Amino acid sequence: MSSLRRYNVGVDANGSAPTNTVRVRLFAGLREAVGQPEILVVLPDGATVAELRDRIGEAYPVTQALLPIVVFAVDEEYVDADHRLRDGDEVAVIPPVSGGARV
Amino acid sequence: MFEVTRDPLDPAPLVAAVRRDESGAIALFYGVVRNENLGRRVQYLEYDAYPEMAVKKMNEVADEVRAKFAISDMGVLHRIGRLEIGETSLLVAVSSPHRAEAFEACHYAVDRIKQIVPIWKKEVWEDGSEWIEGYVPDVPGRTLSS
Repeated sequence: MSSLRRYNVGVDANGSAPTNTVRVRLFAGLREAVGQPEILVVLPDGATVAELRDRIGEAYPVTQALLPIVVFAVDEEYVDADHRLRDGDEVAVIPPVSGGARV
Repeated sequence: MFEVTRDPLDPAPLVAAVRRDESGAIALFYGVVRNENLGRRVQYLEYDAYPEMAVKKMNEVADEVRAKFAISDMGVLHRIGRLEIGETSLLVAVSSPHRAEAFEACHYAVDRIKQIVPIWKKEVWEDGSEWIEGYVPDVPGRTLSS
């Protein structure tokens, strides 16, 4: 856990607004760009997947070129950009997939 | 049998797992690492996966295949990590009473695996490397615009 960085983004300075903390798993080019396989992100209560994507791009500008083509999965299921995140969700950032031996 | 593994793939246990007494045919697909892509010489491939979700999506592909084709059973093994030229990255086995369904279902399964299973590959060339962007998986209500 010590390798995880925590971002208090979108939270007021007093920390009084309700927040959700989500564990974000990164793969392939995003994992390499960020330099670690997971990050923790603190979001305002009710934040959507689209807002999470924006926060990741702000915290890691190097990911901004990759983020427009990713989709997200929550608890191992693909979700759309309007999906609202809950505290403790495991969110995976899924770049275009390319299993098998050729595209 | 649906697995993501770092170990070399062995088809024998997979074939044994999908065989049923009513199976008159088993189609077995190998995805193999080749030495070039789009005119560039590939030295090796590096695969990454979200293993728990990959296994879940492999099972969903199998559910789709069972709904479309009269198969007995199917299984999928995908290797991750560094793979050299000639090594097997993917094995898909489909058993069915008759061969036509086994061939068709295996073809369909391989296509769907490449579309929705969260696995990625990086091509490594002499002078660089790149994570290959294949398919953007279908998302319910798909509205991911930036």
